[in-house]
Amino acid sequence: MPARLPYAYKYLRAKKKFPHVWCPGCGIGIVMGSIIRAIDSLGWELDDILMVSGIGCTSRMPVYVDFNTLHTTHGRALAFGTGAKMANPNLKVLAVMGDGDSMAIGGNHIIHAARRNMDITAIIVNNNNYGMTGGQFSPTTPQGAKTATTPYGMIEPDFDICKLTEAAGANYVARGDVYHVMELDGLIKNALSGPGFRVVEAMAPCPTNFGRANRQGDAVKMMELFKDNTINVAQASKLPKEKTEGKIVRGIFVDKDGIGYTERYQDLCDRVSSGVKK
Amino acid sequence: MSGVPWGETKLVQGNEAVALGALAAGIDFFAGYPITPSTEVAEILAREMPIIGKKWIQMEDEIASISAIIGGSLAGGRSMTATSGPGFSLMQEGLGYACMTEVPLVLVNVMRGGPSTGLPTQVAQGDVMQARWGTHGDHPAIVLAPSDVKECFELTIKAFNLAEQFRTPVILMPDEVIGHMREKLTFPKEEEVCVIPPSSPDVPLEWYEHYHSSATGVSPMAHFGSGYRFHVTGLTHDTHGFPTRKVDEVISKMNRLKQKITRRLDVLEHNDIHNVEESKIIIFCYGSVYRSALAAQQILAKQRKKIGIFRPVTIWPFPDRTVKEMLDTKDVILVPELNQGQMIHEVERLTSDSVRVVPLHRYDGYEITPEQLVAAVLEVM
Repeated sequence: MPARLPYAYKYLRAKKKFPHVWCPGCGIGIVMGSIIRAIDSLGWELDDILMVSGIGCTSRMPVYVDFNTLHTTHGRALAFGTGAKMANPNLKVLAVMGDGDSMAIGGNHIIHAARRNMDITAIIVNNNNYGMTGGQFSPTTPQGAKTATTPYGMIEPDFDICKLTEAAGANYVARGDVYHVMELDGLIKNALSGPGFRVVEAMAPCPTNFGRANRQGDAVKMMELFKDNTINVAQASKLPKEKTEGKIVRGIFVDKDGIGYTERYQDLCDRVSSGVKK
Repeated sequence: MSGVPWGETKLVQGNEAVALGALAAGIDFFAGYPITPSTEVAEILAREMPIIGKKWIQMEDEIASISAIIGGSLAGGRSMTATSGPGFSLMQEGLGYACMTEVPLVLVNVMRGGPSTGLPTQVAQGDVMQARWGTHGDHPAIVLAPSDVKECFELTIKAFNLAEQFRTPVILMPDEVIGHMREKLTFPKEEEVCVIPPSSPDVPLEWYEHYHSSATGVSPMAHFGSGYRFHVTGLTHDTHGFPTRKVDEVISKMNRLKQKITRRLDVLEHNDIHNVEESKIIIFCYGSVYRSALAAQQILAKQRKKIGIFRPVTIWPFPDRTVKEMLDTKDVILVPELNQGQMIHEVERLTSDSVRVVPLHRYDGYEITPEQLVAAVLEVM
């Protein structure tokens, strides 16, 4: 669709930084497309957006987009983002992380960012393994799955990103995938549109590592798995339990407008500075 | 006490002077995690900063704390954290990132006994090599070691200024004795304090290079949200901040990172020198040990015995040339340290075999006393 090109170019460091590092069939580029479409529909200025990431395949995303971009250390995107948001509350802070980045090494940071209701939107691309280092298991690798470090199958239970961040206090929690991409656009747009800590888990295929290790077929076959094995939360509520069993539920699980940390801190400053002459 | 008591004279604790020095330097953002013996810094700033609309946060750990202040600094805030040994170990990750990405910040490490949890409320100087080499890879280091409460105040301001001037983290390392002791401190008047404000570029947006290679190796830094959009990564990067593996770009980055410090020793070197030229026996020390050295010097003077004292205030970069010029002609250099021997290796490196470099270690959590120093001097005389 050549007609669409100029619109995407506005958001990409198109002339300088492509081709990208992602493998053929990777889902991360689709999530990046969703983020760009969501931001475009909100009409945000490029100068106002800070995209912060940690380490991993997903965390390479900031190189390709023409925002303020910060590629940090493994797991720390939310801690860096917290500091940037506090120092300049006008920044719209968007953290992009993978499942290992956000749930393992960054696990402490995400539960506390959620607890504080820090005004950051976290987009977590979940491909169920560490892609960049060659497909080792992550906290979201399903039990039984084979990876480079679970050659006999994963014996640990996995994290549910949405339940974890909901329990920790996030204002908005949703799950989508890269097959249902129009839906993902909407989930991300919603996530960007409110206060507090807001999470979108975007399930994506890693055909190079996870797919190959678990004989899930090529990239197209893996996309079909999202079509067949997931169900929207609204549809799921109408169906009998046996029809939804074993399916991963997509959609919005939490949507609150609790006061974000930035506003709470400003309230504190206003309260304690009243009467103090400076 | 509210705010900096400009021009007043007060009884002030070392850590309190650090906190007030940060306020005097115009700190915008503090992030930290509780740890003895540095907690007063965080506590005082938690009380003071919201009153003047500045940002303060207690993070979930020390890794998060230093990460947060790097983010804060990149978004335009003058940023600081404070910790002690175990926290300093955790902060090495962020410290290396800040060195590599050339982000100004101030890290206060109030030294306690180690390794590991060690002696939480007792004094040591065991982190001086960690401050230089603790984070992986070659990297610049600017480290200041105060010896009294007045210096805690002044060197904190200086640390903020150097951080801006050199676009790099600056570490302030009081030992526990300095952090916790109280002394009379006369604060300067506000107009007497020199504060270097954060830089900002004045080039057109499309000309901006986040790591422009200027004559000094340091160029004005734009901040997130200023309209200059740039990329920051801990990966080795080109002048625009984007990852590179091109040999010439890698070498250029690494050389500039080193030389922006090593070529500016004229600005960075800061020593405190007493009777060194006329003495054959010198005590080389830093931090709280210097106070005992001064007392020992007085005791010995009454016995008509002359010793000199050489104290680096900026301990990194090490004052190589001055140490070589001033100390290589001496008979004995006594190096008392609250560790098992760290800075002594730097002194040995710079002096010939004809100079006796004598260690004096204490690592039981207590100060080196003037009497210990006097006895050590008499023994080598």
